[in-house]
Amino acid sequence: MTNQPLDPNKKLDIEHILEGLENYHPPRKGWTWREVPTEGVNMGPFHFRNMSKPLKNSIGLPASKYFENIDPQPSCVVTTEIASGRFEDDLRRMRMAAWHGADHIMVIRTTGQSHIDGLLEGTPEGIGGVPITRKQIRASRKACDQIEEEVGRPINFHSYVSGVAGPEVAVLFAEEGINGAHQDPQYNVLYRNVNMYRSFVDAAEAKKVMAGARIFQIDGAHNANATAKAGWLVMPELMVQHGINCAFSVAVGMDKSLIGLSTVPPNSPPAPKLWYDLPYAVALRDFFSEFKMRAQQNTRYIEADIEEAVRTHTVDTLISMLTRADIQSTITPDEGRNVPWHYNNIRGVQTVKQTWAALDGIKELLSLNHDGPLGEMVRDLKERAVAFLEEVLESGGYFAAVEKGFFVDSAKYPERNGDGIARDGKGGVGAGTLVVREADYFAPVCDHFGHNHLPAGVQKACDAIDGCTLCKPEKIVFIDELDPEDSCNARLAKTLPYRKGNAIKPEAEWAGDGTVLIQLFVPQNEEIAPVYAMEMAKKMGLLDPEVINTMVLHPSEGCFVEVKGKVAFDIDKTTLKIPQKEVILPEQELRDAVKAAGIRVVAGTVGEDEHSVGMREILDIKHGGIEKYGVKYHYLGTSVPIGKLVDAAIETGAQAILISTIISHNDVHRAQMRKLAELCREKGIRDKIILIAGGTQVNREMAKETGLDATFGRGTKGIHVVNAMVKVLKARGVV
Amino acid sequence: MTDERIAQFEARREELAKLSDEQLKNRFWDLTHQVVEPIIDLAKTHTSASIERAILLRMGVDSVSSHGVVDRILEAGLLGKGAGHVVLKLSQKSGKDIRGAAQAILDDKNVLQGLF
Repeated sequence: MTNQPLDPNKKLDIEHILEGLENYHPPRKGWTWREVPTEGVNMGPFHFRNMSKPLKNSIGLPASKYFENIDPQPSCVVTTEIASGRFEDDLRRMRMAAWHGADHIMVIRTTGQSHIDGLLEGTPEGIGGVPITRKQIRASRKACDQIEEEVGRPINFHSYVSGVAGPEVAVLFAEEGINGAHQDPQYNVLYRNVNMYRSFVDAAEAKKVMAGARIFQIDGAHNANATAKAGWLVMPELMVQHGINCAFSVAVGMDKSLIGLSTVPPNSPPAPKLWYDLPYAVALRDFFSEFKMRAQQNTRYIEADIEEAVRTHTVDTLISMLTRADIQSTITPDEGRNVPWHYNNIRGVQTVKQTWAALDGIKELLSLNHDGPLGEMVRDLKERAVAFLEEVLESGGYFAAVEKGFFVDSAKYPERNGDGIARDGKGGVGAGTLVVREADYFAPVCDHFGHNHLPAGVQKACDAIDGCTLCKPEKIVFIDELDPEDSCNARLAKTLPYRKGNAIKPEAEWAGDGTVLIQLFVPQNEEIAPVYAMEMAKKMGLLDPEVINTMVLHPSEGCFVEVKGKVAFDIDKTTLKIPQKEVILPEQELRDAVKAAGIRVVAGTVGEDEHSVGMREILDIKHGGIEKYGVKYHYLGTSVPIGKLVDAAIETGAQAILISTIISHNDVHRAQMRKLAELCREKGIRDKIILIAGGTQVNREMAKETGLDATFGRGTKGIHVVNAMVKVLKARGVV
Repeated sequence: MTDERIAQFEARREELAKLSDEQLKNRFWDLTHQVVEPIIDLAKTHTSASIERAILLRMGVDSVSSHGVVDRILEAGLLGKGAGHVVLKLSQKSGKDIRGAAQAILDDKNVLQGLF
């Protein structure tokens, strides 16, 4: 099965991915860590101490252009969660996330899947997540196989092994090459009300299957601080929950290096976060030194404000770096709004990437002071966790403790608020469904847990059936669709014009969804501002407008409001006038022309403007400015009157005048540019002189309206300016 | 009750305070293993419909059929033998392959009679 390499200039072809799925098997199984050179990584002008190998194709942080476009990749695996309900649209988001540095892609399951007694098949649309099925996984894994080739780093694909069909889901994952999965029987018991005995017996089988396929396991303990009222108080219990899942997994046969703790810094500003989160992080890493840390970011206190979430997540990442994180998870900062925007996955990944780069090698510069209050707090948490376990055993063991409401109580152990989640051993989904294995119980397959009486002469269980699907993937039965109406094919047919045709609509999560977000300041109070925003959105023609965030800036002066809605119309791509890309002449040709014409210029920043940086970069040889190509310049400084520039040009016989207008109010920049052209006409030199303007508010289209020869905006280099001058000279027949 | 628990905790804590960090860590893991040990025994000796369906999947029986097959075997009181065991035995007896035997159970649950 060979994959056509992806072309970065072409969209992912979803229909092509769906072709031949019935015979597709993953080329690779098991979890992959990043390659981290012990000697560090040199990138651009810098040496990084704690980074992994860079990607073949990626997009760096916005500021990377100032640093030779480097895109340092953290040493930890970086997670992003993608699940919009339509997996076929998620594949494109996965590709975008991979380009920004995600190599662990988690797919949340559709609501209620954990209570479905068996596997789902086909590709029905999900709610709040994706229905996990063989076809969906196989297509997604196939897409990831292509994307990882494109970016140059393996992608770990991840979902959930929980609910009442855990063992079956685990087999599906093992067969299809899923690389990571959540598996924690406590999660089923506490949050999904699956019968406790059933949950643990099923979990043993599921874990054994996962271990066989080297699927990395993440537990579910962090849900306690997302659930308990005061998430920052449940820390001793969290350590116990982590301990139970780890010990149970090891006893079943999992490799410790494939067992991860899902841990969240439990507190959030304005709380004094570090005083809670740091001792907890240290205590946990001390006790679980042999296990992996999957550091999740705090969701418990995320509100609708994106920036607030990003700031909390930055501090969360700092705590990871001060302690240890093998996997750094990211949460889309829009989680508090329940709008899974494509670009917010990218923002989450960027938060980690930016923090990790900024604080690279922090442990070589700073160390934690264990002698002070930190050491005392760490010890306190550990003792409480051990005492918790002692009480569990004295109370009759784990199941008895769950019945008595030991878990997810919102008080700090040993205190109790009495709001813990108590479950009845005889109750819950799947109660009374366990069956005792008889003396001749036999399961003729690999990776089966527990008593298994192999018949005489059978060495390996699956020899009895001439190989199981884990040994012979060709035995796997692929079911395509059960309901063609509710399938990706039906959905793809509808979105075809937006994916492969000329119709364009903005997109939040699904092709052609038309969703946009408008941010505005309304100089009205909290009652009026959101109502106004709705009315405004309606008048703008947006469908289904909804205010998703209102932040009071002052009780009476006004509010920041964000309103989302859907654009009702398509725009045909062929009707858009796309400006032609400027063709830059070869460097040698430019140098030769400059020499032949002996180009000299006068330059200055015009208007009441003292900025000189932009202009210096265009001029100076050390910034790759026009000097590098042989152009001689006469720089007149800042706040130079237009007349003075024109006079200087005439006096020195310069062929060109370059002006820079950086800060601009009320179109001052346009006025200055027009004035330059007019003055040159008045002096009778317009035909001989080249006029060029640049600045942050300037763009290439302004040349025509202001009567200049060329105008440049952000990101302009000296070569662009030289190129423009040479082209004018060529047109005039000078060179 | 609550006061009693707090008093108990204080007593435990007095003992734990005597342990070094290393000893405290070992105690944590000793206790954790004690907690999970009986659960492991439970898992070794019991099975469930989902476990048995997961076995049939690995035998190359599709997810839809494995559901019905396990239900029939459970109804026949044979799940304690292992669903895979039952299907394999029927396959050997009838000369059908594994999928054929699974289908036979779906078609007529009476084929399970007298199998063991």
